[in-house]
Amino acid sequence: MTAAPHVVTPLLWEEDLPGGSHWSGVLRRGVALRLIAQDDDANVAALFYSREQPLERYNMADTLKAQHTAHLTTGCVCYSDMGRILCSVVADTCGWHDPLCGLTDPDSIAARYGVTRFQEERNSRYVSGREAMLVELGKFGLGERDLVANINFFSKVVVDDGGHMRRDAGFARAGQHVELRFEMDTLVLLHAGPHPLDTATPYAPAGVRLEARRASPVAADDPCRMRCPENARGFVNTERLYL
Amino acid sequence: MNDTVVPAGEPWMGVVRRGQLLRIVDLEGNQAVDTLFYNADDTHEHYSAQNTIQSQGRIYLTTGSVLLSNRGQPMLRIQDDTCGRHDTLGGACSSESNTVRYALEKRYMHSCRDSFLLALARRGHGLTKRDLPSNINFFMNVPVTPEGGLRFADGISAAGRHVELVALMDTLVLISNCPQLNNPCNAYNPTPIRVITRESA
Repeated sequence: MTAAPHVVTPLLWEEDLPGGSHWSGVLRRGVALRLIAQDDDANVAALFYSREQPLERYNMADTLKAQHTAHLTTGCVCYSDMGRILCSVVADTCGWHDPLCGLTDPDSIAARYGVTRFQEERNSRYVSGREAMLVELGKFGLGERDLVANINFFSKVVVDDGGHMRRDAGFARAGQHVELRFEMDTLVLLHAGPHPLDTATPYAPAGVRLEARRASPVAADDPCRMRCPENARGFVNTERLYL
Repeated sequence: MNDTVVPAGEPWMGVVRRGQLLRIVDLEGNQAVDTLFYNADDTHEHYSAQNTIQSQGRIYLTTGSVLLSNRGQPMLRIQDDTCGRHDTLGGACSSESNTVRYALEKRYMHSCRDSFLLALARRGHGLTKRDLPSNINFFMNVPVTPEGGLRFADGISAAGRHVELVALMDTLVLISNCPQLNNPCNAYNPTPIRVITRESA
Protein backbone atom coordinates (compact mmCIF):
# COMPACT_ATOMS: atom_id res chain seq x y z
CA MET A 1 0.00 0.00 0.00
CA THR A 2 2.99 2.31 0.39
CA ALA A 3 4.49 4.26 -2.48
CA ALA A 4 7.56 2.72 -4.07
CA PRO A 5 10.81 4.68 -3.66
CA HIS A 6 10.92 6.03 -7.17
CA VAL A 7 11.75 9.63 -7.97
CA VAL A 8 9.95 11.62 -10.61
CA THR A 9 10.36 15.09 -12.05
CA PRO A 10 7.63 17.72 -11.97
CA LEU A 11 4.57 17.26 -14.12
CA LEU A 12 5.06 16.79 -17.88
CA TRP A 13 1.35 16.98 -18.61
CA GLU A 14 -2.03 16.37 -17.01
CA GLU A 15 -5.44 15.48 -18.32
CA ASP A 16 -8.87 15.03 -16.75
CA LEU A 17 -10.68 12.04 -18.21
CA PRO A 18 -14.40 12.52 -17.46
CA GLY A 19 -16.39 9.55 -16.15
CA GLY A 20 -17.62 7.39 -19.03
CA SER A 21 -15.04 8.58 -21.55
CA HIS A 22 -12.10 6.93 -23.28
CA TRP A 23 -8.55 7.95 -24.12
CA SER A 24 -5.47 6.69 -25.88
CA GLY A 25 -1.91 7.91 -26.12
CA VAL A 26 1.74 6.94 -26.21
CA LEU A 27 3.77 6.73 -23.00
CA ARG A 28 7.49 6.47 -23.68
CA ARG A 29 9.96 4.28 -21.81
CA GLY A 30 10.92 6.12 -18.62
CA VAL A 31 7.67 8.07 -18.23
CA ALA A 32 5.36 7.47 -15.27
CA LEU A 33 1.59 7.86 -15.58
CA ARG A 34 -0.41 8.44 -12.41
CA LEU A 35 -4.14 7.64 -12.46
CA ILE A 36 -6.03 9.47 -9.71
CA ALA A 37 -9.62 8.49 -8.93
CA GLN A 38 -11.84 11.56 -8.92
CA ASP A 39 -14.71 9.91 -7.04
CA ASP A 40 -15.43 6.81 -4.97
CA ASP A 41 -15.82 3.42 -6.67
CA ALA A 42 -13.84 4.38 -9.75
CA ASN A 43 -12.93 1.88 -12.46
CA VAL A 44 -10.51 2.40 -15.32
CA ALA A 45 -10.20 -0.30 -17.98
CA ALA A 46 -6.73 -0.36 -19.54
CA LEU A 47 -4.89 -2.03 -22.42
CA PHE A 48 -1.22 -1.80 -23.40
CA TYR A 49 0.49 -2.41 -26.77
CA SER A 50 4.09 -2.00 -27.87
CA ARG A 51 4.31 1.25 -29.81
CA GLU A 52 7.08 -0.21 -31.95
CA GLN A 53 5.27 -3.46 -32.82
CA PRO A 54 1.64 -3.52 -31.59
CA LEU A 55 1.48 -7.27 -32.23
CA GLU A 56 3.33 -7.39 -28.92
CA ARG A 57 0.70 -6.57 -26.30
CA TYR A 58 -0.30 -6.93 -22.65
CA ASN A 59 -0.88 -10.57 -21.76
CA MET A 60 -3.14 -11.34 -18.81
CA ALA A 61 -2.04 -14.95 -18.37
CA ASP A 62 1.69 -14.23 -18.51
CA THR A 63 1.25 -11.36 -16.06
CA LEU A 64 -0.63 -13.51 -13.56
CA LYS A 65 1.43 -16.68 -13.74
CA ALA A 66 4.86 -15.01 -13.74
CA GLN A 67 3.99 -13.26 -10.48
CA HIS A 68 1.67 -15.89 -8.97
CA THR A 69 -1.02 -13.31 -8.48
CA ALA A 70 -4.65 -12.71 -9.44
CA HIS A 71 -4.52 -9.01 -8.57
CA LEU A 72 -2.14 -6.14 -9.29
CA THR A 73 -0.58 -3.68 -6.83
CA THR A 74 2.76 -2.01 -6.04
CA GLY A 75 5.68 -4.16 -7.19
CA CYS A 76 3.71 -5.93 -9.91
CA VAL A 77 4.54 -5.48 -13.57
CA CYS A 78 2.43 -5.87 -16.72
CA TYR A 79 3.95 -8.41 -19.10
CA SER A 80 3.69 -8.49 -22.86
CA ASP A 81 3.23 -11.80 -24.68
CA MET A 82 6.93 -11.60 -25.61
CA GLY A 83 8.35 -11.95 -22.12
CA ARG A 84 8.94 -8.23 -21.69
CA ILE A 85 7.55 -5.64 -19.28
CA LEU A 86 5.35 -2.91 -20.73
CA CYS A 87 4.90 -1.09 -17.43
CA SER A 88 5.46 -1.47 -13.69
CA VAL A 89 3.19 -0.51 -10.79
CA VAL A 90 5.51 1.79 -8.83
CA ALA A 91 2.93 3.33 -6.49
CA ASP A 92 -0.56 2.37 -5.38
CA THR A 93 -2.63 3.88 -2.59
CA CYS A 94 -5.64 1.73 -3.54
CA GLY A 95 -4.14 -1.74 -3.05
CA TRP A 96 -5.92 -3.98 -5.55
CA HIS A 97 -6.56 -3.83 -9.28
CA ASP A 98 -8.56 -6.45 -11.16
CA PRO A 99 -6.97 -8.26 -14.11
CA LEU A 100 -9.74 -10.87 -14.51
CA CYS A 101 -13.19 -9.51 -15.33
CA GLY A 102 -12.90 -7.77 -18.69
CA LEU A 103 -15.10 -5.10 -20.24
CA THR A 104 -18.75 -4.17 -20.37
CA ASP A 105 -20.43 -4.55 -23.76
CA PRO A 106 -23.45 -2.74 -25.24
CA ASP A 107 -25.84 -5.46 -24.05
CA SER A 108 -24.60 -5.45 -20.46
CA ILE A 109 -24.68 -1.64 -20.32
CA ALA A 110 -28.22 -1.56 -21.75
CA ALA A 111 -29.41 -4.26 -19.35
CA ARG A 112 -28.09 -2.43 -16.29
CA TYR A 113 -28.57 1.23 -17.13
CA GLY A 114 -30.97 1.34 -20.07
CA VAL A 115 -30.53 2.20 -23.72
CA THR A 116 -29.26 5.67 -24.59
CA ARG A 117 -28.72 7.34 -27.95
CA PHE A 118 -26.74 10.44 -28.82
CA GLN A 119 -29.89 11.85 -30.49
CA GLU A 120 -31.51 12.32 -27.07
CA GLU A 121 -28.67 12.19 -24.57
CA ARG A 122 -25.94 14.03 -26.50
CA ASN A 123 -22.60 13.43 -24.79
CA SER A 124 -24.28 11.70 -21.87
CA ARG A 125 -24.82 8.61 -24.04
CA TYR A 126 -23.43 5.54 -22.30
CA VAL A 127 -20.44 3.95 -24.02
CA SER A 128 -19.55 0.35 -23.19
CA GLY A 129 -15.99 -0.72 -22.52
CA ARG A 130 -15.90 -2.82 -25.67
CA GLU A 131 -17.03 0.11 -27.86
CA ALA A 132 -14.57 2.45 -26.16
CA MET A 133 -11.62 0.15 -26.78
CA LEU A 134 -12.63 -0.60 -30.38
CA VAL A 135 -12.75 3.14 -31.12
CA GLU A 136 -9.32 3.79 -29.64
CA LEU A 137 -7.82 0.69 -31.29
CA GLY A 138 -9.16 1.87 -34.63
CA LYS A 139 -7.15 5.07 -34.40
CA PHE A 140 -3.98 3.00 -34.63
CA GLY A 141 -5.08 0.60 -37.35
CA LEU A 142 -5.97 -2.04 -34.77
CA GLY A 143 -9.36 -3.64 -34.16
CA GLU A 144 -11.41 -6.49 -32.78
CA ARG A 145 -8.66 -9.08 -33.31
CA ASP A 146 -6.36 -6.99 -31.13
CA LEU A 147 -8.82 -6.54 -28.25
CA VAL A 148 -7.19 -8.79 -25.66
CA ALA A 149 -7.92 -9.27 -21.96
CA ASN A 150 -7.69 -5.95 -20.10
CA ILE A 151 -6.97 -4.68 -16.59
CA ASN A 152 -9.57 -2.87 -14.47
CA PHE A 153 -7.74 -0.39 -12.25
CA PHE A 154 -9.32 0.57 -8.88
CA SER A 155 -11.60 -2.52 -8.79
CA LYS A 156 -11.19 -5.32 -6.26
CA VAL A 157 -12.60 -8.69 -7.25
CA VAL A 158 -12.17 -11.52 -4.76
CA VAL A 159 -12.31 -15.16 -5.85
CA ASP A 160 -13.52 -17.65 -3.25
CA ASP A 161 -12.34 -21.23 -2.88
CA GLY A 162 -15.03 -22.39 -5.32
CA GLY A 163 -13.85 -19.94 -7.95
CA HIS A 164 -16.81 -17.57 -7.58
CA MET A 165 -15.99 -13.89 -8.11
CA ARG A 166 -17.30 -11.03 -5.99
CA ARG A 167 -16.60 -7.35 -6.60
CA ASP A 168 -15.90 -5.35 -3.46
CA ALA A 169 -18.31 -2.42 -3.96
CA GLY A 170 -17.03 0.87 -2.57
CA PHE A 171 -13.45 -0.39 -2.31
CA ALA A 172 -11.73 2.48 -4.13
CA ARG A 173 -12.01 5.97 -2.67
CA ALA A 174 -11.76 9.40 -4.26
CA GLY A 175 -8.17 10.65 -4.36
CA GLN A 176 -6.50 7.25 -4.42
CA HIS A 177 -3.95 6.74 -7.15
CA VAL A 178 -1.94 4.11 -8.98
CA GLU A 179 1.24 5.02 -10.84
CA LEU A 180 2.61 3.08 -13.81
CA ARG A 181 6.21 3.45 -14.94
CA PHE A 182 6.55 2.56 -18.61
CA GLU A 183 9.45 0.25 -19.42
CA MET A 184 8.69 0.20 -23.17
CA ASP A 185 7.29 2.78 -25.58
CA THR A 186 3.66 1.86 -25.08
CA LEU A 187 0.34 2.59 -26.69
CA VAL A 188 -2.08 3.03 -23.76
CA LEU A 189 -5.88 2.72 -24.02
CA LEU A 190 -8.10 3.78 -21.11
CA HIS A 191 -11.84 3.82 -20.45
CA ALA A 192 -13.24 5.34 -17.26
CA GLY A 193 -16.41 3.24 -17.34
CA PRO A 194 -18.29 0.98 -14.92
CA HIS A 195 -16.74 -2.34 -13.92
CA PRO A 196 -18.60 -5.27 -15.51
CA LEU A 197 -19.56 -6.64 -12.07
CA ASP A 198 -20.66 -3.22 -10.72
CA THR A 199 -24.37 -3.52 -9.94
CA ALA A 200 -24.86 0.07 -8.71
CA THR A 201 -27.35 2.24 -10.54
CA PRO A 202 -27.85 4.81 -11.95
CA TYR A 203 -24.95 5.12 -14.38
CA ALA A 204 -22.41 7.42 -12.72
CA PRO A 205 -18.84 6.35 -13.47
CA ALA A 206 -16.08 8.31 -11.75
CA GLY A 207 -13.64 10.40 -13.70
CA VAL A 208 -9.89 9.91 -13.49
CA ARG A 209 -7.07 12.45 -13.55
CA LEU A 210 -3.96 11.55 -15.55
CA GLU A 211 -0.57 12.97 -14.57
CA ALA A 212 2.62 12.16 -16.51
CA ARG A 213 6.09 12.60 -15.01
CA ARG A 214 9.56 11.42 -15.91
CA ALA A 215 10.64 8.50 -13.74
CA SER A 216 14.11 7.93 -12.43
CA PRO A 217 16.04 5.05 -14.07
CA VAL A 218 15.15 1.57 -12.86
CA ALA A 219 17.61 0.81 -10.06
CA ALA A 220 19.29 -2.54 -9.47
CA ASP A 221 17.21 -2.87 -6.29
CA ASP A 222 13.97 -1.55 -7.80
CA PRO A 223 11.01 -3.05 -5.90
CA CYS A 224 9.32 -4.24 -9.11
CA ARG A 225 12.53 -5.89 -10.30
CA MET A 226 13.13 -7.44 -6.87
CA ARG A 227 9.57 -8.69 -6.31
CA CYS A 228 10.41 -12.15 -7.70
CA PRO A 229 13.12 -13.78 -9.86
CA GLU A 230 10.63 -13.83 -12.74
CA ASN A 231 10.47 -10.02 -12.77
CA ALA A 232 14.28 -9.76 -12.69
CA ARG A 233 14.35 -11.85 -15.87
CA GLY A 234 11.52 -9.79 -17.37
CA PHE A 235 13.58 -6.63 -16.88
CA VAL A 236 16.59 -8.31 -18.55
CA ASN A 237 14.45 -9.21 -21.57
CA THR A 238 13.11 -5.64 -21.71
CA GLU A 239 16.50 -3.94 -21.33
CA ARG A 240 17.89 -6.04 -24.21
CA LEU A 241 15.30 -4.44 -26.53
CA TYR A 242 16.73 -0.98 -25.85
CA LEU A 243 20.46 -1.68 -26.13
CA MET B 1 -16.51 -37.85 -37.52
CA ASN B 2 -13.13 -37.77 -35.93
CA ASP B 3 -11.38 -39.96 -33.36
CA THR B 4 -7.72 -39.01 -33.00
CA VAL B 5 -5.01 -39.67 -30.46
CA VAL B 6 -2.94 -36.48 -30.24
CA PRO B 7 0.58 -37.16 -28.92
CA ALA B 8 2.11 -34.91 -26.28
CA GLY B 9 3.48 -31.68 -27.73
CA GLU B 10 1.38 -31.78 -30.92
CA PRO B 11 -1.36 -29.41 -32.09
CA TRP B 12 -4.73 -30.46 -33.49
CA MET B 13 -7.30 -28.51 -35.49
CA GLY B 14 -10.79 -29.50 -36.53
CA VAL B 15 -14.34 -28.27 -37.03
CA VAL B 16 -17.29 -29.14 -34.81
CA ARG B 17 -20.64 -28.29 -36.39
CA ARG B 18 -23.50 -26.81 -34.40
CA GLY B 19 -25.13 -29.57 -32.35
CA GLN B 20 -22.14 -31.91 -32.61
CA LEU B 21 -20.10 -33.04 -29.64
CA LEU B 22 -16.42 -32.58 -28.88
CA ARG B 23 -14.93 -34.95 -26.31
CA ILE B 24 -11.37 -34.63 -25.02
CA VAL B 25 -10.02 -37.58 -23.04
CA ASP B 26 -7.05 -37.22 -20.66
CA LEU B 27 -5.69 -40.68 -21.50
CA GLU B 28 -2.96 -40.98 -18.89
CA GLY B 29 -3.92 -38.24 -16.43
CA ASN B 30 -2.97 -34.65 -15.52
CA GLN B 31 -2.36 -33.49 -19.08
CA ALA B 32 -3.01 -29.81 -19.83
CA VAL B 33 -4.92 -29.33 -23.10
CA ASP B 34 -4.59 -25.72 -24.29
CA THR B 35 -7.67 -24.98 -26.41
CA LEU B 36 -9.10 -22.12 -28.45
CA PHE B 37 -12.40 -21.90 -30.32
CA TYR B 38 -13.30 -19.76 -33.36
CA ASN B 39 -16.55 -19.18 -35.20
CA ALA B 40 -15.90 -21.39 -38.26
CA ASP B 41 -17.66 -18.88 -40.54
CA ASP B 42 -16.03 -15.73 -39.16
CA THR B 43 -12.80 -16.44 -37.31
CA HIS B 44 -12.54 -12.92 -35.93
CA GLU B 45 -15.11 -14.17 -33.45
CA HIS B 46 -13.40 -16.40 -30.89
CA TYR B 47 -13.58 -17.71 -27.34
CA SER B 48 -13.20 -14.98 -24.70
CA ALA B 49 -11.94 -15.96 -21.25
CA GLN B 50 -13.03 -12.69 -19.70
CA ASN B 51 -16.55 -12.70 -21.19
CA THR B 52 -16.98 -16.32 -20.12
CA ILE B 53 -15.93 -15.90 -16.49
CA GLN B 54 -17.71 -12.55 -16.21
CA SER B 55 -20.94 -14.12 -17.43
CA GLN B 56 -20.86 -17.17 -15.16
CA GLY B 57 -19.35 -15.27 -12.21
CA ARG B 58 -16.79 -18.02 -11.74
CA ILE B 59 -13.23 -18.56 -12.96
CA TYR B 60 -13.36 -22.35 -13.32
CA LEU B 61 -15.16 -24.29 -16.05
CA THR B 62 -17.19 -27.45 -15.53
CA THR B 63 -20.52 -29.03 -16.54
CA GLY B 64 -23.01 -26.29 -17.40
CA SER B 65 -20.39 -23.67 -18.26
CA VAL B 66 -21.21 -21.82 -21.47
CA LEU B 67 -18.17 -20.59 -23.40
CA LEU B 68 -18.82 -17.08 -24.72
CA SER B 69 -17.18 -15.36 -27.66
CA ASN B 70 -15.54 -11.94 -27.76
CA ARG B 71 -18.91 -10.78 -29.17
CA GLY B 72 -20.80 -12.18 -26.19
CA GLN B 73 -22.30 -15.09 -28.14
CA PRO B 74 -22.56 -18.65 -26.78
CA MET B 75 -20.09 -20.91 -28.62
CA LEU B 76 -20.12 -24.22 -26.75
CA ARG B 77 -21.53 -25.65 -23.52
CA ILE B 78 -19.80 -28.20 -21.32
CA GLN B 79 -22.32 -31.00 -20.92
CA ASP B 80 -20.19 -33.70 -19.31
CA ASP B 81 -17.08 -33.42 -17.17
CA THR B 82 -15.51 -36.20 -15.13
CA CYS B 83 -12.55 -33.99 -14.08
CA GLY B 84 -14.53 -31.23 -12.37
CA ARG B 85 -12.46 -28.12 -12.92
CA HIS B 86 -10.74 -26.55 -15.92
CA ASP B 87 -8.58 -23.41 -16.04
CA THR B 88 -9.42 -20.09 -17.71
CA LEU B 89 -6.51 -17.94 -16.49
CA GLY B 90 -3.19 -19.71 -17.08
CA GLY B 91 -3.07 -19.17 -20.82
CA ALA B 92 -0.52 -20.88 -23.04
CA CYS B 93 3.16 -21.38 -22.36
CA SER B 94 5.45 -19.70 -24.89
CA SER B 95 9.19 -19.74 -25.42
CA GLU B 96 9.25 -16.08 -24.32
CA SER B 97 7.22 -16.60 -21.12
CA ASN B 98 9.38 -19.62 -20.34
CA THR B 99 12.39 -17.28 -20.15
CA VAL B 100 10.56 -15.23 -17.53
CA ARG B 101 9.06 -18.05 -15.53
CA TYR B 102 11.96 -20.50 -15.36
CA ALA B 103 15.27 -19.28 -16.80
CA LEU B 104 16.49 -17.29 -19.82
CA GLU B 105 17.89 -20.49 -21.39
CA LYS B 106 14.45 -22.18 -21.32
CA ARG B 107 13.57 -20.28 -24.51
CA TYR B 108 14.48 -23.31 -26.61
CA MET B 109 12.03 -25.77 -25.12
CA HIS B 110 8.79 -26.65 -26.91
CA SER B 111 5.77 -24.53 -26.01
CA CYS B 112 2.05 -24.29 -26.67
CA ARG B 113 2.25 -20.98 -28.48
CA ASP B 114 4.80 -22.40 -30.88
CA SER B 115 2.40 -25.30 -31.49
CA PHE B 116 -0.50 -22.89 -32.02
CA LEU B 117 1.53 -20.82 -34.51
CA LEU B 118 2.67 -23.90 -36.41
CA ALA B 119 -0.89 -25.22 -36.63
CA LEU B 120 -2.16 -21.85 -37.89
CA ALA B 121 0.66 -21.66 -40.44
CA ARG B 122 -0.11 -25.18 -41.73
CA ARG B 123 -3.86 -24.88 -41.90
CA GLY B 124 -4.29 -21.27 -42.91
CA HIS B 125 -7.83 -19.95 -42.24
CA GLY B 126 -6.15 -16.52 -42.33
CA LEU B 127 -5.37 -16.78 -38.63
CA THR B 128 -2.16 -15.32 -37.16
CA LYS B 129 -0.69 -14.44 -33.78
CA ARG B 130 -3.25 -11.62 -33.60
CA ASP B 131 -5.88 -14.34 -33.29
CA LEU B 132 -4.41 -16.03 -30.21
CA PRO B 133 -6.42 -14.75 -27.25
CA SER B 134 -6.23 -16.22 -23.75
CA ASN B 135 -7.08 -19.93 -24.03
CA ILE B 136 -8.72 -22.63 -21.93
CA ASN B 137 -6.54 -25.23 -20.25
CA PHE B 138 -8.64 -28.36 -19.94
CA PHE B 139 -7.63 -30.65 -17.05
CA MET B 140 -5.30 -27.99 -15.59
CA ASN B 141 -5.57 -26.81 -11.99
CA VAL B 142 -4.76 -23.13 -11.34
CA PRO B 143 -6.36 -22.21 -8.02
CA VAL B 144 -6.86 -18.56 -6.99
CA THR B 145 -7.03 -17.74 -3.28
CA PRO B 146 -9.32 -15.17 -1.60
CA GLU B 147 -6.15 -13.15 -0.90
CA GLY B 148 -5.58 -12.82 -4.64
CA GLY B 149 -2.79 -15.39 -5.04
CA LEU B 150 -2.54 -17.77 -8.00
CA ARG B 151 -0.46 -20.90 -8.49
CA PHE B 152 -0.05 -23.89 -10.75
CA ALA B 153 -1.09 -26.76 -8.52
CA ASP B 154 -0.90 -30.51 -8.89
CA GLY B 155 -3.60 -31.72 -11.24
CA ILE B 156 -6.96 -33.06 -10.13
CA SER B 157 -7.48 -35.06 -13.31
CA ALA B 158 -6.64 -38.74 -13.76
CA ALA B 159 -6.26 -41.33 -16.48
CA GLY B 160 -9.41 -41.69 -18.56
CA ARG B 161 -11.20 -38.56 -17.35
CA HIS B 162 -12.91 -36.52 -20.04
CA VAL B 163 -14.73 -33.31 -20.81
CA GLU B 164 -17.47 -33.16 -23.45
CA LEU B 165 -18.84 -30.00 -25.08
CA VAL B 166 -21.77 -29.42 -27.38
CA ALA B 167 -21.20 -26.83 -30.10
CA LEU B 168 -23.75 -24.00 -30.16
CA MET B 169 -22.31 -22.64 -33.44
CA ASP B 170 -20.08 -24.09 -36.16
CA THR B 171 -16.75 -23.98 -34.37
CA LEU B 172 -13.11 -24.26 -35.43
CA VAL B 173 -11.12 -25.94 -32.65
CA LEU B 174 -7.41 -25.31 -32.06
CA ILE B 175 -5.66 -27.53 -29.52
CA SER B 176 -2.08 -27.67 -28.27
CA ASN B 177 -1.41 -30.81 -26.28
CA CYS B 178 0.92 -29.07 -23.87
CA PRO B 179 4.68 -29.89 -23.94
CA GLN B 180 5.53 -27.99 -20.75
CA LEU B 181 8.14 -29.82 -18.61
CA ASN B 182 8.83 -27.15 -15.99
CA ASN B 183 5.71 -27.14 -13.85
CA PRO B 184 3.12 -29.61 -12.53
CA CYS B 185 0.51 -28.77 -15.20
CA ASN B 186 1.42 -32.05 -16.96
CA ALA B 187 2.78 -33.78 -13.84
CA TYR B 188 6.24 -33.14 -15.46
CA ASN B 189 5.41 -35.83 -18.01
CA PRO B 190 3.34 -34.73 -21.03
CA THR B 191 1.14 -37.56 -22.34
CA PRO B 192 -1.31 -38.19 -25.24
CA ILE B 193 -4.94 -37.16 -25.36
CA ARG B 194 -7.84 -38.45 -27.44
CA VAL B 195 -10.06 -36.03 -29.35
CA ILE B 196 -13.47 -37.29 -30.50
CA THR B 197 -16.05 -35.35 -32.50
CA ARG B 198 -19.43 -36.94 -33.22
CA GLU B 199 -23.13 -36.31 -33.68
CA SER B 200 -25.06 -35.93 -30.43
CA ALA B 201 -27.09 -39.01 -29.50
